[in-house]
Amino acid sequence: MTGFEDVRDRLEELPDAALVVSFLVGIWLLLTALAFSVGGAQSANLAAGFVGSVTVLVGAYAILTLALNLQWGYTGLFNIGIAGFMAVGAYTTAILTAPVDPGAGGVPGFGLPLWVGLLGGMVMAAIVGAIAALPALRLRADYLAIVTVALSEIIRLFVNWGGVAEVQVFGKRFGTGGATGISFESPDEIVATLVNGPGQPLVTAAESVGISGPNVVNMAYGLSLLGIAAGSYWVLSRLVNSPFGRVLKAIREDETVTQSLGKDTRLFKIKAFMIGCALMGLAGALFRGSAGYISPAQFRPVITFYVFAALIIGGSGSNTGSILGAATFSALLFYLPARLGEYVPTFGQSAPGNVFEAVAALGSLDPTPLVAYTVSNVSTLRFVLIGVVLVYIIQNQPAGLLGHRNEPATSVDLTRPHAADGGEADE
Amino acid sequence: MGIAETVSDGRRLAIERPDAGAVAAVLLYLVADLTTKLLGTTVYALGFRVMGGSLTVGSLASMAVDGLLVGLAVGLAGIGLSMTYSILDFANFAHGDTVTVGAFLGWVAAYVTANLAVSAPLTDLFLFNGGAQLSASASWALVLFGLVVAALGTVAVVLVVDRLVYRPMRDSGSISLLIASIGVALALRYLIAFVFSTQTSGVATSGARLQLFAGVAITDNEIALLVVSVVLMLGVHLLLQRTKLGKAMRAMADNEDLARVTGIPTERVVRLTWVLGGALAGTSGYLLVLESGTISFNFGWILLLLIFAAVIVGGIGSIYGAMAGGVLIGLVDSLALIWLPSGLTRAAAFAVLIVVLLLRPSGIFGGVSTA
Amino acid sequence: MSDAEPVGTERTPESEVPTTSDAIDSPLLEVQGLRKEFGGVTAVDGTSFKVGTGALTGLIGPNGAGKSTTFNCITGIHEPTGGTVRFDGHDVTGLAPYTLAKRGLVRTFQIARELSEMTVLENVMLAPPAQMGESALRSVLPGLREQVQRDEADVVEEAWETLEFFEIDHLAHENAGNLSGGQRKLLEMARVLMTDPEMVLLDEPLAGVNPTLEEKLLDRIDELRQDGLTFLLVEHDMDVIMNHCEHIIVMHQGRVLAEGDADTIQSDERVLEAYLGGDV
Repeated sequence: MTGFEDVRDRLEELPDAALVVSFLVGIWLLLTALAFSVGGAQSANLAAGFVGSVTVLVGAYAILTLALNLQWGYTGLFNIGIAGFMAVGAYTTAILTAPVDPGAGGVPGFGLPLWVGLLGGMVMAAIVGAIAALPALRLRADYLAIVTVALSEIIRLFVNWGGVAEVQVFGKRFGTGGATGISFESPDEIVATLVNGPGQPLVTAAESVGISGPNVVNMAYGLSLLGIAAGSYWVLSRLVNSPFGRVLKAIREDETVTQSLGKDTRLFKIKAFMIGCALMGLAGALFRGSAGYISPAQFRPVITFYVFAALIIGGSGSNTGSILGAATFSALLFYLPARLGEYVPTFGQSAPGNVFEAVAALGSLDPTPLVAYTVSNVSTLRFVLIGVVLVYIIQNQPAGLLGHRNEPATSVDLTRPHAADGGEADE
Repeated sequence: MGIAETVSDGRRLAIERPDAGAVAAVLLYLVADLTTKLLGTTVYALGFRVMGGSLTVGSLASMAVDGLLVGLAVGLAGIGLSMTYSILDFANFAHGDTVTVGAFLGWVAAYVTANLAVSAPLTDLFLFNGGAQLSASASWALVLFGLVVAALGTVAVVLVVDRLVYRPMRDSGSISLLIASIGVALALRYLIAFVFSTQTSGVATSGARLQLFAGVAITDNEIALLVVSVVLMLGVHLLLQRTKLGKAMRAMADNEDLARVTGIPTERVVRLTWVLGGALAGTSGYLLVLESGTISFNFGWILLLLIFAAVIVGGIGSIYGAMAGGVLIGLVDSLALIWLPSGLTRAAAFAVLIVVLLLRPSGIFGGVSTA
Repeated sequence: MSDAEPVGTERTPESEVPTTSDAIDSPLLEVQGLRKEFGGVTAVDGTSFKVGTGALTGLIGPNGAGKSTTFNCITGIHEPTGGTVRFDGHDVTGLAPYTLAKRGLVRTFQIARELSEMTVLENVMLAPPAQMGESALRSVLPGLREQVQRDEADVVEEAWETLEFFEIDHLAHENAGNLSGGQRKLLEMARVLMTDPEMVLLDEPLAGVNPTLEEKLLDRIDELRQDGLTFLLVEHDMDVIMNHCEHIIVMHQGRVLAEGDADTIQSDERVLEAYLGGDV
């Protein structure tokens, strides 16, 4: 019986993994096809560049969306200060790992190894999350939203402030670099060292088909982020498929009832909020700071709304949905349109400088300038598309791709124990 | 109220509501500090500067005037946000971009009309290139024309958005509507960027400057902002107090179900809410550009949090609260410069927003009466 | 249930606040001079009563008498403006709902509040107190999660038994939001019992329940009383109150108007007047 249940459990798990993998492979193939149709002799390298960049995006957004899913999808905490918590994580990592003696123009830091910096960033993001959460978690969802977005702007304005660009505390010099930003131990560089060291045969093989070394590194970095996303998925799945997750869901549904059933809901909310913020902090450092440099402009509130769009598309309340949503958003809505605008030919003519010239040409019955203008400005229009998709989904598919699925929050099999006569025997 | 009474009140406040007591203590300190600064003295204790420094009445006054002007425009925009928040029951994150829409519509109309005679190509004029900048005193008729276009154009846009986005969702929860409004915000903002590009353009410049006192000056464009905002606020007041529809709106803001039961045509009230809110948002955007002189595709989005602050400080659903909240937030935003470096004054305004939401979510002026 | 009865020894006999419930010699719940004001409106105005251990006590009164507010004050949803609530011999006035629930005092809601996007089974499995897997760390870490799973397997079994007891086990995997009104009431009862309570406050558990279900629910309550559970019941159906409750408390305008068994209440003229809407 145990063996049978084991096999069935695995079969039930398989579709999710298969779904995610086939989704990703589909995206890679699509981009490869695009590269080969526009790339000419450089096709392979172009394809590698596309695939690498998109993988970085998918991995980063997957971590962020999973984190938001824990807070919003499971617990109902409407956090729209994601950018702020990313900034806390990224800046903490940066300050901890920036060189002690950066040379002219640089901001000194503590020169610690990257993994210490990342851990510190996660802890600090969680702490800031807790400080924000303690008073704010009793607020209505929309008030919490406004508090968190205001907090994220305060954080951004603070790190942007010249007064903390470089400070001296107990003889130790460090700072945020103010508006110019801060350079620190580059995560990308570490991956590059690994790829160019032990991975040298791989690079040689790639170069033989025309793929440049930096593109191999980029792909490796994307895969590392995907790995971290997979790890987050594993942790979060266990976390929510448990009595802990059950309480979170119950809080989302009705906090008063949950309290009346003997659960100290504040504690659960703070924990969920802190875990989510820690992951956001990690993503902030590894995504925004991938090249070993961050500045306040990278943490504007708009990125928060991208993550929200990803979660709504994927289906809030589902971890698998979160990953699919992150992939759909970052690859198909964010990355692909920009590449299309870049590489799709515009009838052999250059696009007009502004939309009015394009429209004016319509008067002489020539639509090509307008089309050319539209294509060349597709990277702007994709945000209009994202907005429209968001509205469409909320109106027509509020559960997103996978949010409608019933995923009971439990660590065990829920079939009636004695129905199969021997349910107790499996212990 | 006698001093003893105030002190005992203060003590009671500090004991019963320690958080509110702390806020009161901070406010008290700031007032005392401001007074000593104005007196030009400094108070030391244990070798540390406790309060004081120097601040001229003139610089205080010009900061206050700046804050008042921005605050009036923010309050004007806040009225619409406050009304949709209470009547349609959701936080409209697209309101800031509605402000931008109004500004662009109004300024394109004013700028292009004003510069028709100039030899620059029309397509450049639409992008605010090649023409002369406007001022309220030199070309008041054109500025007024732009204002009307801003109001009417924004109303049209807002009604279309309501028809397409919010009306099919009337029965949805407030969070669904909020998320939809985020979609609307993105779409509006980047449609503007698509048409007008992401550059910042200069469209207005002051034509005259009026010396008030102690070195405080106010430009013609600022006077226009002041006069128009005050007139519009009075107009809103009269509309809500004197007309039947205004009363219906107040009733719906208080209790939608009750309003529906008593036969108030809710859909008509909703439409009027958008009309009024949109017109005020558009004009406030137009006036803000008149005051600052420049326009860019995301200035309303950047302003949104400040507008939210005004509405929440004033109490959601309270029209007068939004106006007062706007002025208060505008003043905080500019007077914070007395105590904080210039990079952090905006953060101070947001901090006020957070503190009010945590301690008194009904707003400073809220819970008293709706209008 | 509780084998020792600490209440009797601690209670001050026939205390300052006059009550007519002298007959109850071992109260599990003791409400004294409870007051609750909202703004300027007094919803509960010095209510005092006792609920005997193992009893089924009815709390009745016309609309607006303050029954629900009294419930909310007892169970920590509202903080009372004045007065005390003692449970199991301890002062529990103003304690948070979850603390009270941990001590064995739980409630159902007037309008059933099912957790609609969770399955019936999840709803019921939420309730057992101090589940090992409610710790975030334990449910994630390998090695510890296995303990969580063992602990949860017991919860699953108990949950199924409870669902069977209320005859809603066929709905176990259904989303609670899809249940009928009566089924939701059953679910609420099932859920509240999974907290392993000493006393249950039932706020109109029979409203909107069809007669067959009503009979079933009352049977269940009787069975549970055999096991020693104490119930306080707010209900509008006078037949139910008069036929099932051995002690009845009548509230009117925020105060206790009368108390006693069914016969006493039925023969009390003030009660009749209160229900007819007259001022007393």
